[in-house]
Amino acid sequence: MTETPLDAARLVDRTRRLLAEHPPATTDRTAFLRARFDAGLAWVHYPAGLGGLGAPRALQAVVDAELAAAGAPDNDPRRIGIGLGMAAPTLLAYGSEEVKERFLKPLWVGEEVWCQLFSEPGAGSDLAALGTRAVRDGDEWVVNGQKVWTSSAHLARWAILLARTDPDVPKHRGITYFVCDMTDPGVEVRPLRQITGEAEFNEVFLTGVRIPDAHRLGEVGDGWRVAQTTLMNERVSIGGARIPREGGMIGKAAETWRARPDLRTHDLHRRLLDLWVDAEVARLTGERLRQQLVAGQPGPEGSAMKLGFARLNQAISSLEVELLGDEGLLYGDWAMVRPDLVDFTGRDAGYRYLRAKGNSIEGGTTEVLLNIVAERVLGLPPEPRNDKDVAWKDLAR
Amino acid sequence: MTRQPDLLYSETEDDLRAAVRSLLADRADAQAVLGRIEGEDPYLPGLWEALAGGIGAAGLLVPEKLGGHGASHREAAVVLEELGRAVTPAPYLTSAVVATATLLALGADGGRTADLLAGLASGERVAVLAVPFATAPGTVTDPVRRVPAVADAAAADVLLVPRADGLYAVDAADVVLTRQSSLDLTRPLAVVDASGAAGVRLAGAEAGRAAVGQGLLAGAGLLASEQLGIAEWCLEETVRHTGERHQFNRPVGSFQALKHRMAQLWLELVGARAAARAAADALATGAPDAALTVAVAQAYCSKAAVHAAEECVQLHGGIGMTWEHPAHLALKRAKSDAIALGSAGRHQDTVADLVDLPAPR
Repeated sequence: MTETPLDAARLVDRTRRLLAEHPPATTDRTAFLRARFDAGLAWVHYPAGLGGLGAPRALQAVVDAELAAAGAPDNDPRRIGIGLGMAAPTLLAYGSEEVKERFLKPLWVGEEVWCQLFSEPGAGSDLAALGTRAVRDGDEWVVNGQKVWTSSAHLARWAILLARTDPDVPKHRGITYFVCDMTDPGVEVRPLRQITGEAEFNEVFLTGVRIPDAHRLGEVGDGWRVAQTTLMNERVSIGGARIPREGGMIGKAAETWRARPDLRTHDLHRRLLDLWVDAEVARLTGERLRQQLVAGQPGPEGSAMKLGFARLNQAISSLEVELLGDEGLLYGDWAMVRPDLVDFTGRDAGYRYLRAKGNSIEGGTTEVLLNIVAERVLGLPPEPRNDKDVAWKDLAR
Repeated sequence: MTRQPDLLYSETEDDLRAAVRSLLADRADAQAVLGRIEGEDPYLPGLWEALAGGIGAAGLLVPEKLGGHGASHREAAVVLEELGRAVTPAPYLTSAVVATATLLALGADGGRTADLLAGLASGERVAVLAVPFATAPGTVTDPVRRVPAVADAAAADVLLVPRADGLYAVDAADVVLTRQSSLDLTRPLAVVDASGAAGVRLAGAEAGRAAVGQGLLAGAGLLASEQLGIAEWCLEETVRHTGERHQFNRPVGSFQALKHRMAQLWLELVGARAAARAAADALATGAPDAALTVAVAQAYCSKAAVHAAEECVQLHGGIGMTWEHPAHLALKRAKSDAIALGSAGRHQDTVADLVDLPAPR
């Protein structure tokens, strides 16, 4: 590699060379993605040798545009979102050289799917209360416990795992972060059926699962801090794409309204207009947030987006079911399927109504997010807490 | 893909905001306003001269060749955010926005209209459009002899009077004004009877009606920024108060029942800022979807400001019900603004027309 600075022009050159040496039309998809990784064009801000070139993150767009124009395959980022968005940044920040060498390439190429073993039946909003135990046994750890709401667990080769290694200290201090092998015989994955009938998520039972100490990320007892890297990157990746006016769920309701004069009532009209305005303002809020980020003035408005998105999706889909009248009484299909991808605006109105109920629970409940806005954005005084200085084993449960 | 409006604040806009805020803190704080609102008129002596002339805020919409500062609706919107925050009595929205935009829409490059615009831009003259303050853009009303609820008529030396045969400028001295007792004491209302004066015809019926429509559209769009300012002050003041006020041996702002309500106001404030900026930008750039963007901003910001002001009173507890605390100034301004230039419901009807979501037959 030469020493001249990596600018957009050099990245374009490099990308074109990759395309010339591995023409997408005649190259196997996986082979192309591996070659792209080796060329440092997978995620240019990652270090050289690990799929990147140590370039500014913003330059990735240059590479992506060049590849898209040439019709090159991508790594299907939605299918491997947890690996890309959560596991990879944590592996990069805390993994040993061997760990990074071993895991990052198959993760990015999509040959190995990742899942996240964080939430538990007894630790949802209060994630730090988790009780899955990891006990040291020589060069290994033995893990026992139960995880829940795990997307992709049935497809995953590896997992990022939070487990309790010291129950005698306050909850935030006794957690350790691991990479867990999902093919270990002690891992059992069961589909978790939702109110929609389908099972996007899983329950994962861990019984005597053995993890080599080399697959620990960060120090023993420092897992909560390591997890902040994971969760911070989750929020970065939730930034959201630019949507057009009437994009998302409001578009479905508006289409139905225009197509079906027979369904219109005054009450529904008023509510539809309320929601149309709210959806348009949410779109503008997202646009403003994007402009702030581009201008290098990131604000706390991102947390407003998730809260607004949940409320709007619920209200619009609820209206839509009512608007449909007789058809609103029907439901497409209750069969338990396990979708690889989730589309909140997919399927029928009844599905959208039920699935949207999860929007104010997943990724932080609305109640917890309102606390976060009140305390971190507005600076309001915190609730009094009685769990900070109590050993985990003495907490009420 | 629709055009993306610029929704941020420029450095010039930030500087302008700082100048207006500092002037208002100095000359028009809550105690000063409270001390004036029950007198002959609520306007603070010298304030208009300092705001309009000193800072140059009255001439922002007016091109330099007509004696203004050649800025735009974006900058005027920032002034209105500050006037909303402080609930300042000043004929800014009525004269420097609605009347000025009406005159600008006549396309003057000389003559009586241009002279009048130069006077408005310098702040030496104040003009008010003689229509009820609740009039929404696009509303067609037959002229009446006695026009009720004309805002800031008491501050005007010229009234712009729509008549069947055109738009007229009438000197305030020739008009009969009957003061009305207004809900928002910081923005006085009056019945205007200009039937006894001939005035000067500025435009014919058609051009006059179109210009009035443009004036009201600019007013409605920028009123959203005033509403944003009100909501912002109400939330800041409520957060400050509930962080300090102790009951049950804790700051009351540590109770979730209260903090969730304030977080909700913040969400609405974030939306109101995006909507108000979009409206100001659409007016400034003459965007093809300006009418829709203004209607969206009004439909949203009217409710956001009233909600914030009502919560401000409630979350202050007893002190919020007193005359001494300025929360009631914000509440009265917010509720009046929700009616001014078309209610949220009227603007929703406009949205319905513009995006083809018709009412049931």
